[in-house]
Amino acid sequence: MMDRMPARDRIGFILVGLGAIAFALTPWIGGNYLVRFTTSTCLFITMALSWNFIGGYARYPSFATAAFFGLGAYAGAIAQTRGLAMPGAWLFAAVFTAIFAASLGSVILRLRGHYFAVGSFAIVEILRLGASSWHGLTGGGSGLNVPILPGGPDFASRVFLYSMLALALVTFAAAIWVDRSSLGFGLRCIRQNESAASMLGIDVDRLKIIAFVFSATFVGAGGAIYASWVSYIDPTDSFQILLTIKVPVMVLLGGAGTLFGPLIGVLAFQVLEERIWSSFLEIHSGVLGLVIVVLVFCLPGGLLAVPYRDMFGRLSFLRRETVP
Amino acid sequence: MIDLQVILNGVVLGGLYACVAVGFSLVWGVLNVINLLHGSLIVLGAYLAYLAFTALGLHPFLSLPLVATLLLAFGYLLQRHVLNHVMTEPVLVTLVLTFGLDLLLYNALVLGFTATPRRIVLDLGRIEIADVVLPVDRLAAMLLALALTGLLYCLLRGSRLGRAIVAVRMDRDAAILMGIRPRDVYAVTFGIGALMAGAAGCLIAVVFPFSPGLAETLLGKSFVVCVLGGLGTVPGALAGGLALGLIESVFGVWLGPQNASIIAFAVLLLVLLVRPAGLVGRAGFE
Repeated sequence: MMDRMPARDRIGFILVGLGAIAFALTPWIGGNYLVRFTTSTCLFITMALSWNFIGGYARYPSFATAAFFGLGAYAGAIAQTRGLAMPGAWLFAAVFTAIFAASLGSVILRLRGHYFAVGSFAIVEILRLGASSWHGLTGGGSGLNVPILPGGPDFASRVFLYSMLALALVTFAAAIWVDRSSLGFGLRCIRQNESAASMLGIDVDRLKIIAFVFSATFVGAGGAIYASWVSYIDPTDSFQILLTIKVPVMVLLGGAGTLFGPLIGVLAFQVLEERIWSSFLEIHSGVLGLVIVVLVFCLPGGLLAVPYRDMFGRLSFLRRETVP
Repeated sequence: MIDLQVILNGVVLGGLYACVAVGFSLVWGVLNVINLLHGSLIVLGAYLAYLAFTALGLHPFLSLPLVATLLLAFGYLLQRHVLNHVMTEPVLVTLVLTFGLDLLLYNALVLGFTATPRRIVLDLGRIEIADVVLPVDRLAAMLLALALTGLLYCLLRGSRLGRAIVAVRMDRDAAILMGIRPRDVYAVTFGIGALMAGAAGCLIAVVFPFSPGLAETLLGKSFVVCVLGGLGTVPGALAGGLALGLIESVFGVWLGPQNASIIAFAVLLLVLLVRPAGLVGRAGFE
């Protein structure tokens, strides 16, 4: 298997490995801010890779990411306040979100195109409104406090950094598996032509539901870790519409339906947003909007699809012309 | 529990919702684009009316044609020079693009008008018949909303332009064969969508307090109205608007306003699954 791997993939895996090591070493490289930034980057990597299963491979425009995130955050937080240990609560949140996605997916995945987009958008709204009106369970609009991890802030920040990093790596492993398995093949067939795929004997409903569950489970766990990390959640923070659009934008920036695209997209977006945030305080959302517009027009296939080799080829051609 | 007052409140609200959503519905139905800008366009219209009211002393019902024309031009140019370039891309691309544009517009609104809620207070008194009380400004806004929606219906049914828009909605390829240029129709349709948004904004300004944050709420309402009634038709938007208005007022009294919104979204999901063509849409007609 290893020797048949294309050179481009091998370089990619080496870079991912080096990146993971660099992430793990951040507590020794920079201050608390860098650790925090790395932790949230790992969370976004998890979400982008997860969204890629349904939105990238199968190209179903899912906006349910925020629903899974919020659901995981609330499931984990409630489990933790009811006395479950932290890792147990995270596992519970992952399983709960997976079951939710499986049952929801069997209903909502019958819709296509815009209708699916609107249906998944409605799920986020229903859950957000539900979380803010069910006072007994979720604390309603005033939010929910999660027990703070004892051991001091330095220890806690490392625990959450490594937990998020581990989750991101597990998600990446799942992405590798999906990319190479018959599941990924089937999902790509659905992307190209769902009716034809179904006609050729691919069980499209089953594959779509599996992809939907994949896109939910890790995000749910990420939400639960997030809840323990910030130790306070409320409905508007957990079920953010902005989040649900930011994640697909990240994936599109890198290249949807590819293995490394989401990683590149998240890194590029995070660095970009950090720059924009710090230099345009008043107009950061406007600049973000501008970036999105430029992205749609200039990089329709994402950063991975840019023909770099052609570019270099053209450059060397020019050079040869000028210096004969 | 459910008395005449509640029903009437629902109908008044529903008329406004129909006007809020009809432009969104038209753009979605004809262009196959979910215009995430729609909410911000309505709020922009509301602010323009507010500006005309405070700076020039112009009555919002009089400044409405002006505001609507401005937005028509804005929408036409936006579609012509920006959105027309991505019309053949997959669903997600147009969604992401309109989202980016919405962020830009929203930020401009916050910068230009601040986030302080505004409202145009007309204070026209109220009408009382038997036990039913209705504020006149609200009633007038609703009647104007219905009149505008009716006007759009006549435009789509009677004029050459309207027939061209409907033709592109029904079958784009056949419309091309009939000598219609879809790019032009797209631009005009998006312009009309923005025009209706601007008009709705002027009416909203009279009835509700508004701030840039209202855009998201109005966008959510437009989604519900659209799916409830069916895409791209005026009667669909009207039926969806009235249905949403009634759901909100009846369940709002019964279960509280927040739970009424949950019910509205749950009904949206149900209709989406059971009757994707909407309440008054015909099956197989897309």
